[in-house]
Amino acid sequence: MLLEYNHIKPAKRIPKSMRREDKALVAASPVIVSQQTEWMLAVRDHRDKVAFAALFDHFGTRLKGFIMRSGMPSAQAEEVVQDVMLTVWRKAAMFDPHRAQVSAWIYQIARNRQIDVVRKERRPIPEELAEDPGAEPDASQILAIEQEAGLLRRTLSQLKPDQKKVIEMAYLGELTHQEISAQTGLPLGTIKSRIRLGLERLRHELKAMR
Amino acid sequence: MTAITHHTPDALLAAYAAGNLPHPFAVVVATHVSMCLDCRAALGAHQAIGGAVLDTTDTVELTYDLKANVLAMLDAPVLPEPVFKQSGVYPGPVMEALKGKPPRWKNLGTGVRQSILSAGDKGSVRLLYIPPGQAVPDHSHNGMELTLVLQGSFSDETGQFGVGDLEIADEHLGHTPIANAGAPCICLAATDAPLRFSSFMPRLLQPLFRI
Repeated sequence: MLLEYNHIKPAKRIPKSMRREDKALVAASPVIVSQQTEWMLAVRDHRDKVAFAALFDHFGTRLKGFIMRSGMPSAQAEEVVQDVMLTVWRKAAMFDPHRAQVSAWIYQIARNRQIDVVRKERRPIPEELAEDPGAEPDASQILAIEQEAGLLRRTLSQLKPDQKKVIEMAYLGELTHQEISAQTGLPLGTIKSRIRLGLERLRHELKAMR
Repeated sequence: MTAITHHTPDALLAAYAAGNLPHPFAVVVATHVSMCLDCRAALGAHQAIGGAVLDTTDTVELTYDLKANVLAMLDAPVLPEPVFKQSGVYPGPVMEALKGKPPRWKNLGTGVRQSILSAGDKGSVRLLYIPPGQAVPDHSHNGMELTLVLQGSFSDETGQFGVGDLEIADEHLGHTPIANAGAPCICLAATDAPLRFSSFMPRLLQPLFRI
């Protein structure tokens, strides 16, 4: 049984050459891929400081608003914003547009950092998943993740205020797991289609709350 | 492959993404996600919702020199953080809790061993080693207990648990996990409260073993 998990043992990440290709794929459809993703890929693949500054302009003020909603004072929130954005720069190699939209990736970095600061402990995080060495970059998957993230955003903004508040409280860490209403499991499939299905399903569940 | 059949429920994953799980449970969830593609995907979906909350949050102006400060720090040298990878049956988050060293087992009698990874007011997380056919001493809980199988398998009143399966027990469940035949069962177990043992002797030993 032990051998069954060998396929998720850590291995090297996508080779650099393949990553350039996936940037090319993304660049070929600039209308659909979000600017944030383009900036993030430029940071990841080319250490592009202009793109990083653009990411900072987009996310900095949002992060500060998000962090202060948990009751953190302005000055401390700015320290967290600084740490989060530096982590975005330093860990850019871990960003994978097949698996996460930029805001989802930054959300997790921000929550992790906030918890580390408040609780003075290092948050346990899952081991990185090894990419399938034979996997081709898949522009349609990147687009699917983005489109669904967009739908999710719209759905969230269309919820009734009290329902939106519950979702926000849950993801701002203000509800215990007992307080977060249990949802049903996700369908089977490959990891990539699973995320898509998962997003799709969660979107439906959010919709059903309206 | 034998599919994982007992997964991390969505409420736990959402609380984990939001950083609102007690540390012992967060270790178990991070470990389960390391082993389970389904739950990794589900966690991705929760992060996407978190991302949507971040995207739709009202902005607050930054002090004007913050951006310049951050840009100035981009090229500063940083000490790389240690990255813990799977070693044997122990996924990265367990290796991190072990500080990269092999478990230090302590005997609990009848061949059952444990290695405490952390214990404090927020509960405890430990490794259990149970030889085939042996039982974890009969116990019930004050709070919740998460048990994740890393090697072998066990059965109890609620069913069968193999590698990667996560059992969730609450204070209403007095259960007796028994390791199945085959490889010794190694589990990662976390509680948010001290365990109570039903029989007299283990109860006396409880303070001694911190379980």
